Amino acid sequence: MLAIYKRELRSCFQSMTGPVFVAFLIAFTGIYFMAYNMMSGYPYFSYTLSGSLIVFIVGIPLITMRSFSEEHRNKTDQLLLTAPVSLPKVVLGKYLAMATVIAIPNVIFCIFPLIIRSQGTAYLTVDYISIGVFFLLGCVYAAIGMFLSALTESQIIAFISTFGIFLVMYLWDGILSMLPGSAVSGLVGVLILITAAAFYVWHMTENAVLSGGVEIVGAAVSIAVYVLRSEIYENLLSNLLGRLALANVFTGITSNNIVDVTGIALYLSVIAVFVFLTVQSIQKRRWS
Amino acid sequence: MIEVRNLVKKYGDHLAVDHLSFQIEAGRIYGFLGPNGAGKSTTMNIMTGYLGATEGEVLIDGHDILKEPEEAKRHIGYLPEQPPLYMDMTVREYLEFAAELKGIKKKQRSGEIEEVENLVRIKDAERRLIKNLSKGYRQRVGLAQAVLGFPEIIILDEPSVGLDPKQIIEIRELIRKLAKNHTVILSSHILAEVREVCDYIMIISKGKLVASDTPENLERMLGQNNIVEIEAKTTPTEVRRILKNVPGIERIETQAGVGGTARGMVREKKGEDIRESVFRAFASAGIPLLTLKVSGTTLEDVFMELTRRDTVPAAFEKNTGWKELIPETEGTEDASGHEQETDAAETDAAEADESEGDIVEAGASETDAAEADVVEAGASEVDSRETTAGKGEEKDAGDL
Repeated sequence: MLAIYKRELRSCFQSMTGPVFVAFLIAFTGIYFMAYNMMSGYPYFSYTLSGSLIVFIVGIPLITMRSFSEEHRNKTDQLLLTAPVSLPKVVLGKYLAMATVIAIPNVIFCIFPLIIRSQGTAYLTVDYISIGVFFLLGCVYAAIGMFLSALTESQIIAFISTFGIFLVMYLWDGILSMLPGSAVSGLVGVLILITAAAFYVWHMTENAVLSGGVEIVGAAVSIAVYVLRSEIYENLLSNLLGRLALANVFTGITSNNIVDVTGIALYLSVIAVFVFLTVQSIQKRRWS
Repeated sequence: MIEVRNLVKKYGDHLAVDHLSFQIEAGRIYGFLGPNGAGKSTTMNIMTGYLGATEGEVLIDGHDILKEPEEAKRHIGYLPEQPPLYMDMTVREYLEFAAELKGIKKKQRSGEIEEVENLVRIKDAERRLIKNLSKGYRQRVGLAQAVLGFPEIIILDEPSVGLDPKQIIEIRELIRKLAKNHTVILSSHILAEVREVCDYIMIISKGKLVASDTPENLERMLGQNNIVEIEAKTTPTEVRRILKNVPGIERIETQAGVGGTARGMVREKKGEDIRESVFRAFASAGIPLLTLKVSGTTLEDVFMELTRRDTVPAAFEKNTGWKELIPETEGTEDASGHEQETDAAETDAAEADESEGDIVEAGASETDAAEADVVEAGASEVDSRETTAGKGEEKDAGDL
């Protein structure tokens, strides 16, 4: 695992993607820092950091796109998979290397609140927590990007699909505000979700009885709930899907100074899920 | 050492490996032989744990490759068809990475890397980036990676593809050197290579094991008859007419050559030497004989015979299987059947050209290698026979 970690880190810095990511993120944050904190005198560095979020949308796919797609294309995965190292260790080694690249600019960011402090009042707790959560959010994005890279042989496809998903997640709040909030529309949305789930079950098992059962039971339960207590469905869709806007946990800290602990738990579980999915998708490729 | 039981691999509906079973014992060089697409690489990929099998199991030193992958993989060094090299690393960096990956302890690491570098002769390229290396060097770096840590079993998938004749000789010497302390399994579609290097040959066709034995035994089973190549300045029909009365001939195949010549392949009956009588027959007919040489292509015949057939007995039994084959090649002795036989031989050759494109290619590289052998040091089987034949003739001349 350590060998893979070291090789991945070295290759990231030899191939320019690492330095470009680090330099771009620091330069971008530096400009915001100058504008907000230095020129305008706003004492919170966390607010500056929220502006840098957009760099992640382009920067993280850049780091993750090569991780597994290139190994697969060059057949170097044959070396990794036939070596006496288990697959989860291979995936973790690579993932930790990417997390390290993301950590580098965040370590440098730790200087910025101190600069503010030398000029006057600084809110160090909030600033440092926001830097930590910002790093964690980067790790969440990296896990998603790594998974998408494991699905394809092409770096370009990995980059574009990762970028697309991050963009949708970034704009998610705006998309959600367009959803209707009434109870009926909530029911329709739930029915659509159940149908999608039933279709997925059919696709995986090709068992018509099972998928039909999921559909009928699900629909019956949700309609019964609607008849009995329709108020549950009000704003249900935007509450349910709003969780997908992962960045909200971070922006909650930067704009309202509220740390949502369940949100941090959500980040950690999303990371675990996508690392697991990456292992599974590589396993699946061995068997098909 | 390695036990493969009832291995099956399906890609969708395509059966790449079809109920393959064999055992591999320590201290030998094994050769997987088969045309392209026969399932050699797939089998090797399953044995090394890169791919999962649809059915069946692989035991490496008693460890199942799927249930105890780490323990099983520790015993194997693998060079895939395309060497798994990172283009952005130098040779030394790459080998250090591979050594660490294989869990070689830090103290021994640099010593072992040096040893392997000297073994495959890449010490001088140690500081170069892999992307700047030639194909031959890359192959050797891949080989170094496989040998690193000196695992008990070394599996090489087509190790000599893309190398020049000199490098091929070197790699064969290296394989022989390795075989002193390791079990080596290599795959190839080049017959000459497998015959020369391996102690034991497994012929794979369409995912099935169709024959497995030592090269000598495989040849013996078909009969110890040699093939004599001739070339004469006349028509193929004339050649047949002249040879009709020569005793000791089992089968003749002829074809027209360039510039009014005819080429022929004459199979001798067991234990006969027909060269002298062939020479006298042509001399008395007053036709110049341009070439007369013994070619050791009998194993090639085995290979062609086995890989051409659509159906092979599922569990190949040496004796019964061979008895089935032999009548086909023997029932052509009577002189009246000659015309018919020509047709059959020609169709056979055409078929072979169509379906076994790589055999033709293999033949070409065989010649290359043989030429290089003469220049270098080792003498292949073909060469040694030729030389002895030549010596015999010289002796005769001296006596006269």
